[in-house]
Amino acid sequence: MTNIKEPKKYEVIGTRPLRPDGTDKVTGRAIYGGDFEMTGLIHGKILRSPHPHARIKSINYDKALELEGVIAVVTADDLPVNPDGNISIGYSRGNILAKDKVLYVGHAIAGVAAIDPHIAEEALDLIEVDYELLSAVMNVEEAMDSSSEIIHENSFMKEFGEMTVTNNNIDEHFQHKMGNIDKGFENADLIVEGKYSTVMVHQGYIEPQAATALWRTDGSLTVWNSTQGSFPDRDELSNILDIPISKIKVVPLEIGGGFGGKIPIYQEPVAALLSKKAGNPVKIIMSRKEVFESTGPTPGGYTWVKIGVKNDGKITAMQSELAFEAGAYPGSPVGMGSLCVFAAYKCDNQLVDGYDVIVNKPKTAAYRAPGSPNAAFGTEQVIDEISQKLGIDPIDFRMMNAISEGDRRVDGPKFPVNGLKQVLESMKNSPQYQKKLKGSNKGRGIAVGYWFNVGLQSSCSITVNTDGTVNLIEGSTDIGGSRASIAMQAAETLQIPYDSVNPSIVDTNTVGYTAVTGGSRTTFSTGYAAHLAAEDVRDQMIKRASEMWGVPNDSVVYSKGQFSSDADPELSMSFKELASQLENTGGSIAGKGSINPKKVGGSFAGSICDLEIDPDTGKSTILDFTAIQDAGKAIHPSYVEGQMQGGSAQGIGWALNEEYFYDQNGIMNNSSLLDYRMPTSLDLPDINTIIVEVPDPTHPYGVRGVGEANIVPPIPAIANAMKRASGKRFYNLPMNPPAVISKLNQDL
Amino acid sequence: MKYVDYERPTSLKSALDILSEKGDVTKIMAGGTDILVKLRVRSEQPDLLMDSKEIPELNELSFNHDTGLTIGAAVPLYKLYADADVKKYYPALVDSTTIIGGIPIQGRATVGGNLCNSAPSADSIPTLIVLGATASIQSSGKLREVPVSEFCTGPGSNVLKSNEMLVTINVPAPADNSAAHYMRFIPRNEMDIAVVGVGSYVKLNASGDKFESVNVSLASVAPTPLNVTEISKFLSGKDVNDENIEKAGQLAKEASKPISDMRGTAEYRQHLCSVLTKRSINKSIERIKGA
Amino acid sequence: MSKKVHVQTIINGEDVEFLCEPRQSLLECLRDVIGMTGTKEGCNDGNCGACTVILEGRTVTSCLVLGVEVDGKELTTIEGIADGEKLHPIQTAFLENAALQCGICTPGFIIATKSLLDHNPDPSEYEIRWWLANNLCRCTGYDKIVRAVQESAKKIKAQAGG
Ligand SMILES: Cc1cc2nc3c(=O)[nH]c(=O)nc-3n(C[C@H](O)[C@H](O)[C@H](O)COP(=O)(O)OP(=O)(O)OC[C@H]3O[C@@H](n4cnc5c(N)ncnc54)[C@H](O)[C@@H]3O)c2cc1C
Ligand code: FES
Ligand code: FES
Repeated sequence: MTNIKEPKKYEVIGTRPLRPDGTDKVTGRAIYGGDFEMTGLIHGKILRSPHPHARIKSINYDKALELEGVIAVVTADDLPVNPDGNISIGYSRGNILAKDKVLYVGHAIAGVAAIDPHIAEEALDLIEVDYELLSAVMNVEEAMDSSSEIIHENSFMKEFGEMTVTNNNIDEHFQHKMGNIDKGFENADLIVEGKYSTVMVHQGYIEPQAATALWRTDGSLTVWNSTQGSFPDRDELSNILDIPISKIKVVPLEIGGGFGGKIPIYQEPVAALLSKKAGNPVKIIMSRKEVFESTGPTPGGYTWVKIGVKNDGKITAMQSELAFEAGAYPGSPVGMGSLCVFAAYKCDNQLVDGYDVIVNKPKTAAYRAPGSPNAAFGTEQVIDEISQKLGIDPIDFRMMNAISEGDRRVDGPKFPVNGLKQVLESMKNSPQYQKKLKGSNKGRGIAVGYWFNVGLQSSCSITVNTDGTVNLIEGSTDIGGSRASIAMQAAETLQIPYDSVNPSIVDTNTVGYTAVTGGSRTTFSTGYAAHLAAEDVRDQMIKRASEMWGVPNDSVVYSKGQFSSDADPELSMSFKELASQLENTGGSIAGKGSINPKKVGGSFAGSICDLEIDPDTGKSTILDFTAIQDAGKAIHPSYVEGQMQGGSAQGIGWALNEEYFYDQNGIMNNSSLLDYRMPTSLDLPDINTIIVEVPDPTHPYGVRGVGEANIVPPIPAIANAMKRASGKRFYNLPMNPPAVISKLNQDL
Repeated sequence: MKYVDYERPTSLKSALDILSEKGDVTKIMAGGTDILVKLRVRSEQPDLLMDSKEIPELNELSFNHDTGLTIGAAVPLYKLYADADVKKYYPALVDSTTIIGGIPIQGRATVGGNLCNSAPSADSIPTLIVLGATASIQSSGKLREVPVSEFCTGPGSNVLKSNEMLVTINVPAPADNSAAHYMRFIPRNEMDIAVVGVGSYVKLNASGDKFESVNVSLASVAPTPLNVTEISKFLSGKDVNDENIEKAGQLAKEASKPISDMRGTAEYRQHLCSVLTKRSINKSIERIKGA
Repeated sequence: MSKKVHVQTIINGEDVEFLCEPRQSLLECLRDVIGMTGTKEGCNDGNCGACTVILEGRTVTSCLVLGVEVDGKELTTIEGIADGEKLHPIQTAFLENAALQCGICTPGFIIATKSLLDHNPDPSEYEIRWWLANNLCRCTGYDKIVRAVQESAKKIKAQAGG
């Protein structure tokens, strides 16, 4: 149950209205990426590498082209050449279609378009690729070993911000430092350290990537896809295909989950190139196997953590080394992980080293608070270990060391107002924590986690209809009810009923630049833009009223949905009345709002997990679970709870069963939803939620994005519960039944 | 999926004719929950898919106190586990069939398909084995009976010839003082494939303190469902007590020959053999006592 | 070369005829041949439940049924749940309980819920979770879906009672 103490001061915000897109989504009418149809549509399929690392000696697709029904085939040769050798564009193109080498199983090699998907698939068999196999590098330890096969022969390691001449599989090594780490440890009475490893996992959205592209003869390209960000897609298509953004329109369709995984594009450029050759619109829908093997999961790797404390519980030093798999191209979330690893704790002496490591696995992408869960799996267990050793309640211990406003993060910036302490307090007071957990093989674990709100650009416009309703035009794709939460902010600002706001999500030609739905930013930034657009409308309406009434502009006030004037108490008009007169008083009104907020706050979340381990089979059953999170201000509490529950469910799956299971040949063996084992309804308990509200002062309504931090604490909370249930500390994910049994049998 | 033709014969004779003519390029489809997946990943590429669901003989589901239970090869699981006689006399079959896939899979999948697919992990086969079931196999002009314990010959392979089809599975009538049980271990609670599965059948003496016979069969620990004959040898005539049941678990563990794969390590599977065998035997005993 | 087969079926109470290749799944036929895209694809191998439909009174995953198999059979899809513009109580309950986030799993869940409540009008929470275990949702953690199913049962009972 939600428990919001603050007295209600809003009319719309904080209520739970139905979402505007709801009816279409419960009746099957909503059009998702794969549902798109168009005359002349043909179907594409992609040939993918069966090897984790190999040189492509030749590709021959003559036979594929001869198959009846096949219309076009494309390979990397159809991508623009890269004369200026821009490494990052080279990498982007390389991941779309492999040029000289394949770098992971599932790496795209060629695209085929045919009159139906079965024929396109048959044609893939007719493409002959000659490979020279290279040895594969499958994890960070192996990759960081200087004798390992080098994946990118022409790239060099960046270290401490400088390019070196070292050619290895480490793309970057960086460091954040604060105070004097040695002295910090010298002052400690107790030091606990441990190396905590995680493995690659997938976002697991239920809708596979789906996109249709039409490249017209006039050189313009339209893409209809399911995406977290149509504008970033447009930019990326422009880079990869080397055509100006003005020639590209991306039309976002409904999206069936993303969690970060639908920020990058994969088959869109291939569909575009096929369309260019074929002259037809080309639709490509990934199979589930492709989704696992060829899109961006989140990395495995390790987080080593060492923390020193005084006997009274004060932390004196915190040190960490994080090495994450980037996948086949640079860009793991180790940077973010290193900023989150100690985010919750105040300490003057900190040292953090991070490594971005190339391996022969798919290029990683964002996944809900990218990097933070991997880091917290280390930190939150070490913190738990210390609190156990010192005999201090784990919540109290965290409270003693919790960061406050003004404390510094390891990379320098000061923390703004945040809700960590309130989250801890709510955890402590929660019904679950107040209840005693009794019985053998049972344990209770808690943990906290942090994630940023990234800000970034958003634009909205609002037009006023003569019936007093408004149209809200936005560019943020709606993955979990954001149409509602953005419309609610517009309604609040305009002081009109929620039902009077009709939101539309439009294409890249129809609204100002709007960044991804991700980074816990949509309700914050697009909501902010909607608020600004609403203010713009309100101000224009005030002006219109003043003109109609012939009173000074600044005498008109708008309150509780009524315009009135100080100049004459008789003058009064509702929003609706004024709207009905726009036509004859100067024409319609359109407001706009655009922002690119900086210095946005973040969100802390906590989890409490009670579980029981079957000591015979090693299976863990979650008995009770509470998710706590600072939402700043919960615009639509149901969807805030939904984020918290969904993030918790993903964290539970990650902790207990999910993994990319590779065999010795670098092949993923469990690339199906049956064998990947995401939680089913029968695997999860009811997930209690407690929303904490410590407003972010940089947002007009105090919103904090809640999309991500909630996945961070469940994983260490489960590990901590397992420690308390079994007496054993778990250093590796997943903590699945075989791992539990082998752990329980250790030191017997 | 490669192009495939489809036929839906409505008599056993026409089905067998099809098989004798082109059985080597034909695959039979009952519920399709295995075969369609195999066609899609192209591990099977028949020219013809023959739907067996409209053949009357394959839809028989009948029980008789003398001859036992007849399960047509195309009877979907949901019909089987909802059948009053099955519930009453063969609860182990309910154990097995209510955990195969989820509700929508059970609306289509069959025990016949589970058997003919011959996966080492198949959840119904250990139960059929411990119950002493036989398979009625027919080709044009020839009928043969094969004990289910001898049906599977390797992962995905069995004794069926290309011109033959499974018509029914026949399970003997239950004996007094006997009961069977099936359980498996999976990391999730549904929608998962057995890491280890154990079917047990226990017959006690009239006073219920001695084992008369015990059959145990294991899933997912060998290339075929494994019949652990050592356990029956050991337990027959012995007292019903924890020590003997513990020993049975040990025997199951020793008989198992698992591999390590994404579903579990060999070591872990062996460990589970002993845990689940004990649990399953105890459950069978509980069923006898509860009756 | 491929041959197409004529299939005659009843979908949501209406006669529908279509041509398909035997290798085309019912899911593919619904979506690509007939143009009913309300039924979704998440895995194409029976593991996610996004494609759930009711075939002859039983829920099935339509990706594991061939289009040719439904000749002469009766089907209910998500498009047939509402009564014209009037939503079915299950649909209303899903909306009111915020039981969908991205919504891609929702048609499958609504169909599965319909069939659950047809078979068992008063399910326990465990029975709900059991029945729906073939339907994956990655967004919600199932909590609000379970609430919505409980609400649906209540609404349907109230409707029948009143
Ligand atoms: C999501 C999912 C979950 C699953 N979970 C489980 C599980 O938990 N446990 C489990 O054991 N299995 C599971 N399975 C596998 C499958 O559902 C079962 O094996 C099922 O019993 C197969 O029955 P069917 O009727 O669908 O077989 P089909 O797919 O129709 O046939 C299977 C095989 O048997 C052959 N065959 C069928 N009928 C005959 C006949 N009369 N004569 C000769 N050969 C015949 C076919 O040619 C084919 O090779 C799962 C499958 C899926 C898709
Ligand atoms: S698409 Fe049919 S079950 Fe997933
Ligand atoms: S709401 Fe997104 S998968 Fe269920």
